[in-house]
Amino acid sequence: MAEKIAAVTLKNVTKTFGKVVANDKVSLSIYKGEVLALLGENGSGKTTLMNMLSGIYFPDEGQIFINGEEVVIASPKDAFSHGIGMVHQHFKLVDVLTATENIILGMEGRLNIKEASAKIRAICDRYGFDVDPDQKIYDMSVSQKQTVEIVKVLYRGADILILDEPTAVLTPQETEKLFSVLRNMRADGKAIVIITHKMHEVEEISDRVAVLRKGCYIGEMMTKDTNAAEMTNMMVGHSISLNIERPEPVDPKPRIEVKGLTVRSEDGVVKLKDINFTANSGEILGIAGISGCGQKELLEAIAGLQKVESGSITYIEDDGSTDELLGKDPRKIAEMGVALSFVPEDRLGMGLVGNMDLTNNMMLRSFRKGHSFFTDRKGPRKLAEEVVKKLGVVTPDLSTPVRRLSGGNVQKVLVGREIASAPTVLLTAYAVRGLDINSSYTIYDLINEQKKAGVAVIFVGEDLDVLLELSDRILVLCSGEVSGIVEGKTADKKDVGMMMTKIGGKKNE
Amino acid sequence: MFDIVSFIPRAVSQGIPLLYGSTGEILTEKTGNLNLGIPGVMYVGAICGVIGSFFYEQSGNMNGFLAIAIPMLCSLAGSFLMGLLYCFLTVSLRANQNVTGLAMTTFGIGFGNFFGGSLIKLTNSDVPSIALSKTSAYFSKSLPIADSTGVFGKIFLSYGFLAYLAIVIALGASYVLNHTRVGLHLRSVGESPSTADAAGINVTLYKYGATCIGCMIAGLGGLYYVMDYASGVWSNDAFGDRGWLAIALVIFTIWRPTTSIFASILFGGLYILYLFIPSGIDHMEVKELYKMIPYIVTLVVLVITSMRNKRENQPPASLGLPYFREER
Amino acid sequence: MNNRNHEPLFHISKRDALPWQKAWAIRGAAILAALVVCGVITMMTTGDNPISIYKTIFLGAFGSARKSWVTCQNISILLIISLALTPAFKMRFWNIGGEGQVLMGGLGAAACMICLGDKIPGPLLIALMVVSSLAAGAIWGLIPALFKAKWNTNETLATLMMNYIAIQLVAYYIIKWEVPKGSGKIGIINQSTNAGWLPQLFGMKYLLPIVVAAVVTVLIYIYLNYSKQGYEISVVGESENTARYVGIKVETVIIRTMLISGALCGLAGLLLVGGINHTITTTITDGQGFTAVMVSWMAKFNPFAMIFTSFLIILLSRGAGEISTAFGLNQSFADIITGIILFFIIGCEFFITYKISFRKKAGKEENV
Repeated sequence: MAEKIAAVTLKNVTKTFGKVVANDKVSLSIYKGEVLALLGENGSGKTTLMNMLSGIYFPDEGQIFINGEEVVIASPKDAFSHGIGMVHQHFKLVDVLTATENIILGMEGRLNIKEASAKIRAICDRYGFDVDPDQKIYDMSVSQKQTVEIVKVLYRGADILILDEPTAVLTPQETEKLFSVLRNMRADGKAIVIITHKMHEVEEISDRVAVLRKGCYIGEMMTKDTNAAEMTNMMVGHSISLNIERPEPVDPKPRIEVKGLTVRSEDGVVKLKDINFTANSGEILGIAGISGCGQKELLEAIAGLQKVESGSITYIEDDGSTDELLGKDPRKIAEMGVALSFVPEDRLGMGLVGNMDLTNNMMLRSFRKGHSFFTDRKGPRKLAEEVVKKLGVVTPDLSTPVRRLSGGNVQKVLVGREIASAPTVLLTAYAVRGLDINSSYTIYDLINEQKKAGVAVIFVGEDLDVLLELSDRILVLCSGEVSGIVEGKTADKKDVGMMMTKIGGKKNE
Repeated sequence: MFDIVSFIPRAVSQGIPLLYGSTGEILTEKTGNLNLGIPGVMYVGAICGVIGSFFYEQSGNMNGFLAIAIPMLCSLAGSFLMGLLYCFLTVSLRANQNVTGLAMTTFGIGFGNFFGGSLIKLTNSDVPSIALSKTSAYFSKSLPIADSTGVFGKIFLSYGFLAYLAIVIALGASYVLNHTRVGLHLRSVGESPSTADAAGINVTLYKYGATCIGCMIAGLGGLYYVMDYASGVWSNDAFGDRGWLAIALVIFTIWRPTTSIFASILFGGLYILYLFIPSGIDHMEVKELYKMIPYIVTLVVLVITSMRNKRENQPPASLGLPYFREER
Repeated sequence: MNNRNHEPLFHISKRDALPWQKAWAIRGAAILAALVVCGVITMMTTGDNPISIYKTIFLGAFGSARKSWVTCQNISILLIISLALTPAFKMRFWNIGGEGQVLMGGLGAAACMICLGDKIPGPLLIALMVVSSLAAGAIWGLIPALFKAKWNTNETLATLMMNYIAIQLVAYYIIKWEVPKGSGKIGIINQSTNAGWLPQLFGMKYLLPIVVAAVVTVLIYIYLNYSKQGYEISVVGESENTARYVGIKVETVIIRTMLISGALCGLAGLLLVGGINHTITTTITDGQGFTAVMVSWMAKFNPFAMIFTSFLIILLSRGAGEISTAFGLNQSFADIITGIILFFIIGCEFFITYKISFRKKAGKEENV
């Protein structure tokens, strides 16, 4: 093992986006014939680091060496010429073209589909891929599309392969297939990097593990010498006290009861599987999980925006009477008298209209009120004034399109509107994403205020420290399933981290 | 009763301008540009050819090669400039394609009629038209054996060279689109410019190239109409709404130039069907209903393809949308 | 070895949003530049000096009382059609079927005038004409809307086809109703009885369309800006996702809006047939269904700005018409001039939406 050659070496690579440091002096080596697992929480800078290798970003500082020689990678083309290929989470494929056509897209020379197909078949045979070169992309499952992306990279002669969370969209069987292909490629002498959060996959496929946390390189070790607990520790670090207030829930009563909820995406992937939980009034239910594990679908299903395969979502009134929310659109839910507020993840694409001003955005929820043919602008304007004053929204005036406000102010506008309708249920998705510390605390306070007012809050978050301090209970999702529900007060960060990556966490080990 | 032998040649010569127009528009639309300026472009193509040949005829001596080359080059240059204008506005300046296209149609038809009218005035003729019969004779010259081969000759050989060229161009366009790397890149630009961009394809270049070439092809349709079909007679507005019919044809053939060869003849046939179906002198109005058929059929095809939702039959996914790399 | 120098010379990025004064200043500058170019072209073709050319243009539109009235009448019709299309455009529904919807409205009116002209009393006839032309226009707008709502059929292409179906339908009825037989046209309908001719307001021949246009402008402005339905249209146009999030039924909005859009086009058809021409031809709309697309778009879908843009278009086309008569040019000169102005206005939008920054040394990659 000692004579292994470093295919790629990164030295003190730093990348900043505005004020945010995405990667801080990271040094890392990738070896031929080895699978390196790059491990880290959301936002730890894994993808940014790899994007610098694939030519999407250019490092602010630091050096990149390939086979010992310093190189400059300024574009994806440069990356290819150095034999680096990256498979992104979002596929870049043209739907109406065949696999072959997609694979050779952008290359030069005479077009010879037959020859290309033959070459693709050869690659597939060599590594054990299962791809029909003549199949159209739109006929393919997610895993087939991913295979096409990998073959595309290999077709161009990549020796260094980077896979960004390749298993996030795959079923266990498909993952197994992918891993056996990766093993074949490793045997062929390729250098492979796989970005993942899932411990058992790291243990299964990788030779070495490197861990990033908050943009910094934490350390690396041989997979065989470590275990899941150690890796999780490195990944999540020590708990940091944030001093977020957590008032005792007052008289919690069941408000929303979800039973056996199963959701399938349009291309047939199971997004949520048999979800059961109860959200109580006067309580914050945190939802933890690696991004894309079904959080979005869960909230949208409750809000009436997501098609559901089976299960039930029941709303329980104070007097104990129940209403079924499933199969109703947001308008019907509101008409039933269920005051449900939803702060979605996509603030300007769903929660607000970017080109409209504050007043008009305040109207989104309330414009239907009353029998008049005309809209009432006085109420919304007053509300906008209140929100601006109470939450300290920085805006030139009320007629500024919200698109022009900063992220934190956009969020304040959205949250302000959603809580203004005196909800009994408040759903929030990544409520503090992209916000600075002060804005974040404003949002936490607002949510706590709602809790004190007896609202059932469902808070989807990505920062475990926040979830642990803010939530009364935490529901941990793992690949669309409930991995466990823990008490916020007593939960241990590492346990939750384990549950996010493995159903049931430690208990199943 | 139905004189098929004289019907087919007339349907074909009606269809050829449509074929040119639709082939050009297919190439354009395949890169995601919905060029509603095609009717204007065809007018410009026609009038530029007319201007070229007019001054060549005025110069006196006629040489077969130049008599064809000059109008053709003028026509190509005129429609090329129109294509360039469209691309500059929609691709470089990212203007709305619908509005730009409609403005080009207004401009192009005005341009054609203005210069047509001016030429008519120059000739001091009594009729509001201008005849370029000498040039037209070269354009509409059919193969010498056409007359001696009877029915076969009449149906297949009785056209001027531009008619055959239209078919060659349509076949060529189809080949380029489906069997070459340029075609592959072109289609990917129309389907997903961001993917094409990521694959290192120059989206702007492809949009400019395909649209300009598409306009040049469409312009030839206008030229054919004046020089061959109308025997060199230009009169204002005579070209009518054939440009729009060409756009309809694009949808009708589901973006396939080879299908367009037959479909354009079919549309051409429907356009003149009333002349061949004895509707009686009392029911002349029925012919207008025949003329409606191409549009209705096109609409039905459009609706059915969107209903069936089969991916190959959909318009190019980015049709009508400007591409700006930094959006999102 | 460093190929970072391949960065392009300039960089285009989206602007935050210009204050409206600046945006209109850019548009004004574009119109001015276009007028200069048009002046130069006209000067080259006519040999006259630019000042007198613009004087001719102005006189062509407002040279006499009658000319002024006709100009205002033309502006009104174009304005009504533009206003009719606007709700659809605000919804991002590219209704380029104004031509067909106006024609169908006209056909509806003409049918009543011809078939019922001498059978029922005048006021009833006119009421029927109003109903039938509005309904005909609305149906013509409804058909593509249904396709769009149900199957997401491309509305630009569908409305375009509907135009030609309407034209042929009108052509069919013209020959069916032609007077005298074999002439291929209808001629003035009910010339002797004036049945179904829309009344003249205050005895002024040209006033009715102007009044209607003024009323429609105000109504559409109020509808779009102050009504709940108008608000829904804006939300759907900006983001269908947001619309669903607040429970707006996108399909219903599409259908309802196109019914309104089509019916208003039908109203323009009614005015053209019943009020102005008293006959119907396939070219009665004179391409205004398409021109209106540009009028509405140039005004950024603001009803009051549309008064100005439609004024600009009509002024130019009537003025250029005057120039062509004065200098023995051809009537199509107007189209060329209009085209050039449009190109300038279309092009200038780029400078409102985007900004060009020339290369600077400093880092460029911003947050994703």
